[in-house]
Amino acid sequence: MYVAVKGGERAISHAHAWLAALRRGEAAVPELELAQIREQLGLAVDRVMAEGACHDPDLAALAIKQACGDLIEAAFLLRAYRTTLPRFGASLPLDTARMRLWRRVSATYKDLPGGQLLGPTFDYTHRLLDFSLAAPGAPPPAPAEEACAAAAAAPRVSDLLADEGLMQPEPRAESEPPDLTRQPLACPAARPLRLQALARGDEGFLLALGYSTQRGYGNAHPFVGEIRQGAVAVEFTPPELGFPVQIGEITVTECQMVNQFLGSRTEPPQFTRGYGLVFGRGERKAMAMALVDRALRAGELGEEVTAPAQDQEFVLYHADNVEATGFVEHLKLPHHVDFQSELENLRGIRAAAQAAAATLPEAAE
Amino acid sequence: MTLSPGFADPVAEAQQSFRAILAALSRPGRVQSLGAGLRPPAPLLPAAAAVLLTLADADTPLWHDAGAAADAWLRFHCGSPAAGRPGEARLVLACGAPPPLSELDAGSDEAPEDSATLLVQVAGLAEGSGWRLTGPGIAQEHRLLVEGLPSWFPAAWEAQRRGFPRGVDVLLCAGTRIAALPRGIALGQG
Amino acid sequence: MHDTPPSPAGTAADPQRQRWMAVLARADAAAIAARLETLTPPPPHRRLRGPEAGLVMVRGRLGGDGAPFNLGEMTVTRCTVQLEGGAVGHAYVAGRDARKAELAALLDALLQDPARREVLLATVIEPLAAAQAAAAAREARRAAATRVEFLTMVTTR
Repeated sequence: MYVAVKGGERAISHAHAWLAALRRGEAAVPELELAQIREQLGLAVDRVMAEGACHDPDLAALAIKQACGDLIEAAFLLRAYRTTLPRFGASLPLDTARMRLWRRVSATYKDLPGGQLLGPTFDYTHRLLDFSLAAPGAPPPAPAEEACAAAAAAPRVSDLLADEGLMQPEPRAESEPPDLTRQPLACPAARPLRLQALARGDEGFLLALGYSTQRGYGNAHPFVGEIRQGAVAVEFTPPELGFPVQIGEITVTECQMVNQFLGSRTEPPQFTRGYGLVFGRGERKAMAMALVDRALRAGELGEEVTAPAQDQEFVLYHADNVEATGFVEHLKLPHHVDFQSELENLRGIRAAAQAAAATLPEAAE
Repeated sequence: MTLSPGFADPVAEAQQSFRAILAALSRPGRVQSLGAGLRPPAPLLPAAAAVLLTLADADTPLWHDAGAAADAWLRFHCGSPAAGRPGEARLVLACGAPPPLSELDAGSDEAPEDSATLLVQVAGLAEGSGWRLTGPGIAQEHRLLVEGLPSWFPAAWEAQRRGFPRGVDVLLCAGTRIAALPRGIALGQG
Repeated sequence: MHDTPPSPAGTAADPQRQRWMAVLARADAAAIAARLETLTPPPPHRRLRGPEAGLVMVRGRLGGDGAPFNLGEMTVTRCTVQLEGGAVGHAYVAGRDARKAELAALLDALLQDPARREVLLATVIEPLAAAQAAAAAREARRAAATRVEFLTMVTTR
């Protein structure tokens, strides 16, 4: 039961003023500019856009500054802001096969058409703190460039396997997908709805679930068929024009996990896909999403549902960190009335028990 | 080829217009004015245009009988998808005789707020005579004279009231004036 | 003044127009304005709608090539202007830059005039497109410099 409380305005406003001072920190240290956050903390910006489910690097940078670097709070701010904007419509589905690639790696093929591109990655770094970054320095040298064949064709690995008939095709229905921002989640959820929930889900939660599938909670044998990262054009058809126009390019990361499927009465043994797609360069998130997507397909592929990552209700209802933080953190708000009733209740039970204990020995004699 | 603008200051004017719609719905039968600066294409009148600019968007399927020029204007400024028939619409605009109330989406007992809202352009609205409105939002009674509604309307309204909380809410629009009939209101005859 | 729609919905796609709209959507306001400044001032225009910020739901596909799903929204600013002469220009551009959306809509209107098109393509669109192509090519060369050939070490005993 909810009971309204009043009061505390003065204390609240003083608390917010202190928070603002703490946000700014030591005044002698230069204030962060949004462009610095956007340009130099790009992966934080990407994570806030992904979990805020709203692509706008400048807004995400502002949210990070306002939230003092708390990325869940920043995603919350972005979600709140987006509710003030009208929606013009939906884009055409992104064509990731036509991505301008920065990075493209496959763990399944050594040589593949278009080659493997490491791109700007933390992989193969030694994870040693670089103390040269502790002091401002000259900008790093421009990245190396090498000639490349104009628009070298880089087909998706899933297409290569599909050409051999070894990859289970995805359903191609062009029906209007369900939208979590319009209808609340309900289970069982179709895969398009699950992917939307995972794309905006908490990276840490999905990472842990994905890891659990590798450690035996769910019968997964995944390979990274392909990770690709780069810029894709977003196309939108304005109703007044009736033909698609490009409204800009966004950076996304896509992960195709290839998994064995033993086949069923109607389908031969083949590979199946777990799919991850996220705004920005959130590669860990895309990989975790792909693992969890595949785990959640267990039911429809006729596999036994035994592990947490395969349980739709468990995964989808707990993946959203804005929802989760709201419900966990509400516990610290005043619950005085509820608690008073619990207190009364407990005192009553104890008093009754004491009274009973006082009379019992006599009865036993 | 020209197309008249919508609100000159979309945020402020949509807020004012929303305020007027809210006042109309919370004081059933009291006439409010809105949309004075609009010049929508005929047969659309400023009040109905202002209501749609305020409430209609890509999430509200719209059915109307206002013709091609108004359709282009509404599509351009509101972006509402066209509903194939009145029963599929969240917003229904009738410039002529409205479709039967029983054909519109009345929502469900669990979610009566999912119902359609019907806008009817009428010839005139005047307080002080006509129907004797009673119900939520009215202390004793409000009198409202509506010119130009078909004669079946009061009977259809009574029939709809038996399905409460399901039912459609009606916004009556005349020029730059609106009055509302929320579904809980009774229309006593003068 | 009689009100009629600016263009009937379902206009046939014009690849040339789609291209200039795409180039303008990818450019930033300062770059567009700088190119425009080199020209005689455009005729006055009035705003029919916007510039206003809103959202477009970005969609992906299951497995990259299957049925669509909703990935997340992005901010988009749209604007529609009308030239004194009558042409109507539209813009839908990523982000929340109202000035950019209005400049792009103005250029879309101007570019529909065959008498102005050649000059505008040559002085505004092509230079912006060339700069975008150069940036994309530089990125592709940087990516090519990180191309890797993995060798499998086969152990035998």
